[in-house]
Amino acid sequence: MGIAFENQVAAPQLPSRPGCGDNQTGTHLPKRAGSLNGVIVPEQPGKNAIEVRGVRKVFGTGENQVAALDTVSVSIRENEFFTLLGPSGCGKTTLLRLIAGFDFPTAGEILLHGQDIAPLPPFKRPVNTVFQSYALFPHMTVAQNIGFGLEMLGKPKAEIEARVAQMLKLVKMEALKARRTSQISGGQQQRVALARALAPQPKVLLLDEPLSALDYKLRKEMQIELKRLQHETGITFIFVTHDQEEALTMSDRIAVMSAGKILQVGTPRDIYDRPAERFVADFIGETNFLPGTVLSKQAGVATVKFASNATIAAGYPEGFDPTGEVTLVIRPEHADLVSDPAKGTITGTLSNIVYFGTDTHYHVKLDGGENFIVRHQNSRSSPVTYETGAKVGIQFEEGAARVLKD
Amino acid sequence: MAEPRVMDIKDQPGFRTIAIICLLVLYVPVLILMVFSLNSGSLVTHWEGVTLGWYGTAFLNEEFHAAARNTLIISVTATIVSTICATLAAIGMTRVKPWRGLAAAFMVINLPLMVPEIITAVATLSFFALIAGAFGLNFGIGNLILAHTVFCIPFAYMPIRARLEDMDLTLENAAADLYATPWNAFKRITLPLLVPGIMSGAALAFIVSFDDFTITQLVAGPGQTTLPLYIWNQIRRPMTPEINAISTILLLVSILFVSVSFLIARRRAK
Repeated sequence: MGIAFENQVAAPQLPSRPGCGDNQTGTHLPKRAGSLNGVIVPEQPGKNAIEVRGVRKVFGTGENQVAALDTVSVSIRENEFFTLLGPSGCGKTTLLRLIAGFDFPTAGEILLHGQDIAPLPPFKRPVNTVFQSYALFPHMTVAQNIGFGLEMLGKPKAEIEARVAQMLKLVKMEALKARRTSQISGGQQQRVALARALAPQPKVLLLDEPLSALDYKLRKEMQIELKRLQHETGITFIFVTHDQEEALTMSDRIAVMSAGKILQVGTPRDIYDRPAERFVADFIGETNFLPGTVLSKQAGVATVKFASNATIAAGYPEGFDPTGEVTLVIRPEHADLVSDPAKGTITGTLSNIVYFGTDTHYHVKLDGGENFIVRHQNSRSSPVTYETGAKVGIQFEEGAARVLKD
Repeated sequence: MAEPRVMDIKDQPGFRTIAIICLLVLYVPVLILMVFSLNSGSLVTHWEGVTLGWYGTAFLNEEFHAAARNTLIISVTATIVSTICATLAAIGMTRVKPWRGLAAAFMVINLPLMVPEIITAVATLSFFALIAGAFGLNFGIGNLILAHTVFCIPFAYMPIRARLEDMDLTLENAAADLYATPWNAFKRITLPLLVPGIMSGAALAFIVSFDDFTITQLVAGPGQTTLPLYIWNQIRRPMTPEINAISTILLLVSILFVSVSFLIARRRAK
């Protein structure tokens, strides 16, 4: 099993990965995830590392039944850094455990390079896991931990030693190879766990919130380290996290999950700029929600009227038909304050100013009664200063507003 | 010092006195027994002087040798067999999907701890008498080994089970994830991590078997005298400090095993 590292290293350097285009990602997958008919046509046949098809996972029996995963379908491409993002209890870890083989789906298929692995026990799957608790073997040294998978695969001793040396170098742990795992720090344990999971050259590496036990600075370091390792090894990473910032900075694509369903799959930019649902917009980053009424629609853009009678052009996701009373979503950084209320699309009173160092948040109590936050990047030449209590207007960048499903 | 004081039982009036009385009642008789094993006189109640002579007498005593040999054969065999049974039982009850009757099985395994020993002794005796009568079967010292094995199992089971329950199941998942078959995962991960529990269980089983009197007294046939039985037989005759010497040896062996068990348990807690 496994493709030699040397061959794979070249892969991430390809100019663009086929099928990574925003359109395909943002539009097809969410619909598919929600579809119940289970008919899935892979957009890149043979290019998917993992295909999850109509997977359900129910825990408990009778009245205590809980559907941890509710008919989830998703394709994860080769060499991709794919993140499952969602609040705790959304089913992301369950999905990871199904791919690893620690649990078995109630219904549905999990394909690894086209082969259904759902019924296979974990030790027959060319997939390795980095556990949240690292799960290093306490009675073995760092080197023995890293070599364990290869040893279990029955590799010759010389090959194991060479690979372990290579892995120790990859995670910069050569000096500590003879230490017990209890004698190294948390960050070092993390590296050993990574090296141990990468050593058998899995087709897919699963990472279950691996950075959550590290402090802020170490976490930032490891984020970069993980990206580097993914590029150097060319292995598909499936990363589980509840940290939206981590997901946005590290992933090629993100699947946002909630209550056992995948709500949206897309690039970080897709997810942030074109959230498919209100939950996604709310979970990722800060967002303003404003009520409005749809006046007309044309080519994916709706004209929406605010309570103040001002109108704004707002995009909306494909397959969604907004009518009547809707909620508009506007990111705080896509809006701007103007000191002359007459120049603003909407108007209000400045109720609070919060200084964050890199930027400032202006809290505006709109004339309609809602609260609205405008984020302004601080610079040395900020022309206007505002005072709380001042009447202000708010302008919007083009494409700032979107109408979303509630 | 300004911290508000927490209720401390040591501050209660009389606590110290009661504690000291308890310790004295527990240990003074044992200390007297040990001290008189060094008595140069031949009475266990009248002190004359210091000698190690009674230990010499004991070591030359053929009956003591035979009893010690019997005890070791029974204890060692019972310890090995009961520890293996207890290990298998503990794995079968912690590393499986919950099954109907799991709680009942736990009860059944631990029941011998609660049944009065004399009841177990009488029951075992009647059982062996029954199969001897019905099938003409008598396993000789095997009867004693069998009886000891059975009552040792719950003692060996407890620490092994505790160790298994404390163990992080993710480690076994990680082994399976790294291509270890269930057998390899057990051999390479679970078993090595279980060793302190097994050692601790075996030490307990050994001590329980080594010290047993009631069941042994009823089940033992001629020529199957163990050390506790030998001591019992001796004190029905005029006693010499030789019996103190033998008792002290027995006590020291017990202390050794309990200490080993304790040290292993403490090391695993780290």
